Amino acid sequence: MSRGVRLVGLGIVKGLIETARNFIGSYRDPRRLVTVEYPEVRLPPVERARTFPMLVYDGADPEAGLRCVACKICEKECPPQCIYIEADRDARGRVLKRPRVFDVDCSVCMGCQICAEVCPFDAIKMNTEYELAVADRFGGLLLRKSQLVRSTEYHRTVHPQEAVEIDAQVAQARARAEAKARAGGGG
Amino acid sequence: MNGGLDERALIGALSTGDLMPESAGAAIEEQRPPDASPSGSATRSPAAESVRGEGEFLEVSLGPHHPSTHGVFRVDVVLDGERVVRLKPVFGYLHRNHEKLGERGSYLAAMPYTDRLDYFCSLTNNWAYALAVEKLAGLEVPERAEYIRVIAAELTRVQNHACLIGFLLQEAGAMGTPIMYAFREREKVLDLFESLTGARMMCNYFRFGGCRCDLPPGWIEQCRRVVAELPRFLDEFENLLATNEILMARTQGVGVLSAALAVNAGVTGPNLRASGVNYDLRKADRYGIYDRFKFRVPLGAHGDVYDRYMIRVLEMRESVAILDQALAGIPEGPILNPRSRLRSFRPRAGEAYGRLEAPKGELGFYLISDGSGSPYRYRIRPPSFINLTVLEDLCVGRLLQDAIVILGGIDIVMGEVDR
Amino acid sequence: MVEAIDQVFVNLKHAVVGWAPPAWQAWVSAGLTVAALMGVFMSLFALVVLLERKGLGRIQNRPGPNRVGPWGLLQPMADFIKMLTKEDVVPAGADRVVHFLAPVAMVAPVLLAYAVLPVGRNMAAVDLDAGVLYFFAVGACIELSVFMAGWAGRNKFALLGAMRAIAQMISYELPLMLAAVPAVMLAGTLSLGGIVEAQAVPAGGWLARWHVLTPWGLAGLALFTIAALAEANRSPFDLPEGESEIVAGHLVEYSGFKYALFFIGEYLGMFAVSGLGITLFLGGWRSPASFLDWVPSYLWFFAKLGGFVALFIWLRGTLPRVRGDQLMALAWKLLVPMALLNIAVAAGWHYSAGWSFAGAWLARWGLGLGILGLGYGALARGLYESQGFGPRVYRFAD
Repeated sequence: MSRGVRLVGLGIVKGLIETARNFIGSYRDPRRLVTVEYPEVRLPPVERARTFPMLVYDGADPEAGLRCVACKICEKECPPQCIYIEADRDARGRVLKRPRVFDVDCSVCMGCQICAEVCPFDAIKMNTEYELAVADRFGGLLLRKSQLVRSTEYHRTVHPQEAVEIDAQVAQARARAEAKARAGGGG
Repeated sequence: MNGGLDERALIGALSTGDLMPESAGAAIEEQRPPDASPSGSATRSPAAESVRGEGEFLEVSLGPHHPSTHGVFRVDVVLDGERVVRLKPVFGYLHRNHEKLGERGSYLAAMPYTDRLDYFCSLTNNWAYALAVEKLAGLEVPERAEYIRVIAAELTRVQNHACLIGFLLQEAGAMGTPIMYAFREREKVLDLFESLTGARMMCNYFRFGGCRCDLPPGWIEQCRRVVAELPRFLDEFENLLATNEILMARTQGVGVLSAALAVNAGVTGPNLRASGVNYDLRKADRYGIYDRFKFRVPLGAHGDVYDRYMIRVLEMRESVAILDQALAGIPEGPILNPRSRLRSFRPRAGEAYGRLEAPKGELGFYLISDGSGSPYRYRIRPPSFINLTVLEDLCVGRLLQDAIVILGGIDIVMGEVDR
Repeated sequence: MVEAIDQVFVNLKHAVVGWAPPAWQAWVSAGLTVAALMGVFMSLFALVVLLERKGLGRIQNRPGPNRVGPWGLLQPMADFIKMLTKEDVVPAGADRVVHFLAPVAMVAPVLLAYAVLPVGRNMAAVDLDAGVLYFFAVGACIELSVFMAGWAGRNKFALLGAMRAIAQMISYELPLMLAAVPAVMLAGTLSLGGIVEAQAVPAGGWLARWHVLTPWGLAGLALFTIAALAEANRSPFDLPEGESEIVAGHLVEYSGFKYALFFIGEYLGMFAVSGLGITLFLGGWRSPASFLDWVPSYLWFFAKLGGFVALFIWLRGTLPRVRGDQLMALAWKLLVPMALLNIAVAAGWHYSAGWSFAGAWLARWGLGLGILGLGYGALARGLYESQGFGPRVYRFAD
């Protein structure tokens, strides 16, 4: 199926020219040397990037400001079932609206962010830390509550846009709740 | 689409065992493990048992640890010198119980698992599952979400075909250069996915009735920039390899798949179109809003590996055309059907089969709902698995090197084959 | 002054040999030459391994190794330490003696081949009268070692690789030798030193009469390079170690230093056969023009060797592997007839040397290139398009 005289070997020469162009271009054009030399150079983080979950707390105190109320919706919806929550109880055994135990097994977690999506209280969000390697294979990546809590300042550094929106919503909700409490108390 | 498919002939062929090798029944019954005695061949593997012929045969097991088997995949090959006499694929090394897991959790919980089916094309997997559930629940998808779905699917198709070409040429022996060029472009597409969905590969982005979240500001411009650079990359790629004499000699005439066999075996996707059968689900089913876009479907004439390779290059160009049209026409609006619910999603009892043209072929999800929050039956039609069934027919009589190239040309991903 | 720099190593060796007692001088001289050759070419091996990885990397849009030492210069050191400290595994059922001897049988003949290469003026270890013959004889021993390696491991992949390797190397011996014949024919001697002498600048001229500056030399160099690639198992002819198919082929049962020895043997073989090609066609250690004679001869030799190595790396980065039967078809149906045609063209060139009419130079070149071009066209087209290979046009549905 050749049309006319075709020099056998020309295709190879075209290929060689293409690789030569890439070789020379790798010295002159930054698009032809695409390696990012980690760890000296790190790529800038992306707004929506996600790795593993974190618990967000308002204010300065991780215990008092924790948004999580131990409703266990994330535990139920998590596909690989890697979240384990136990609600806190007071002295008389009544359930309090905060978790005593909140474990996320990051060796099982898929990073699917369904927990963050279903949480009605914006308490669990996705973190972007990825340098989490540990030497202990059994339980080394089981993160406890103390390792999962992050402040809203931190949330703003990793997800600026989302944090600002959610902080605004949370502040609004709190203002409405306080107003209702005052109106109810006063009236 | 018919291509000569006659039901009676098919049933007749199945009953006489025409489609399956004669001693396959015997081989399946005597499933004893191959005896690895140090002195040599005390017993022979089932693949070799069923070979009849003269001479010494060499039984080789390619894989599961092998650079070219596209994941953990084993091929038991019986060779006569270097010619393949019998070839049996053995897989299941990556079986992860996906279909059973789908029955355990809710409908939403299965969505991240679909990412991991064909792990190169997570967004098309998500879309196929969402299609099936939307059929089951009768949910409509808003227009902006449909446009986003088309854009995501075509971007996925471009990067999948680029990867495939890279892998095929890597197996043909080009020491990594085409792979690196293909992955250079793929990185740009993955960056787009990361800014849209939060993850490069395991996107988990579509929901039943639309998309999870809207496009971030500046995404359309970024996408336009990436798409604008694609034609130049495709030209360079063609220059590098499409007329390379060595590549042509390696792939033309190798692994010829006849149209009749392709249709009978259920092969779909670019492999089917390379054999000359005009069947593209985007045109046949018109799912989503594909009927609004003008694009052509390339067809091959010979059905060999070269055709499969070139069809994919041409399909990449058509995808670029679709992307241009979709990016130009995307409207504003909601991205999620207001009736869709994240939690306590209970579609009414019934069954649905949702399918689409994934980059590897027809990816389908068959769901049976019993009215509860979990599917009663969750079944995936994996295109790679079904395309793989013709591997032996393609490879018998060819050299071992050809078998590797043919395997590369079929485009399989073990995540999909084994689920 | 120029002469002194050019002959510095020769003079140094003579000085050192002069210090030794007379009964030992022959041994000291031989020992020094051997040590110098091995030292130089081993360092060149280390450097080329690094350059290959960096060159391939740059072709593939990445920097190549650059972590170990500045610009990755200590990478060969790191590789060497790694190879030495790896466990030396010999498979349980393997033939231990053959398994041990195969790498030795690979490296020893290759090192022997360096004995006749003239690396600079007066710098050939031994100037044999039949240098070319010796070189090819010694080079053929390498094929045996490849087969020993594949056989000894008692592994099906290794056996497949060894059989492919033998077929390939035997097929390409003939084009290699036939490509060298015109150079020997027109220089009139089998001695490599004599062939370099024959490519000197003619009296009254300024351009050296390298063999490559003739139609038969050009074709001969091309044929020699292709055959050399196949003999050295380099891409696109790296079928025996078809990495993506039979995973290192005949080398699959080797680890640690034995693997390193094979590696060394392959690269040293590449240098040796390139060195032969340079001597036969590119004027050996001669400079291209008389006004460039001030550059030392050994620098010219290594510069040309560097050019060959760069070409090999470039080809490796671009071309896919040739299939086994196609590779042999290429050798027997294209390269051997072309080489025979080349010999005829070289004879024609020699006998038309007396032409002195106006345009004689053009006529000689035209005749030579014309015959070679027609031959290539007919053979290549016959080989290629008889099987229906060629670019295709695709149709679109509706």
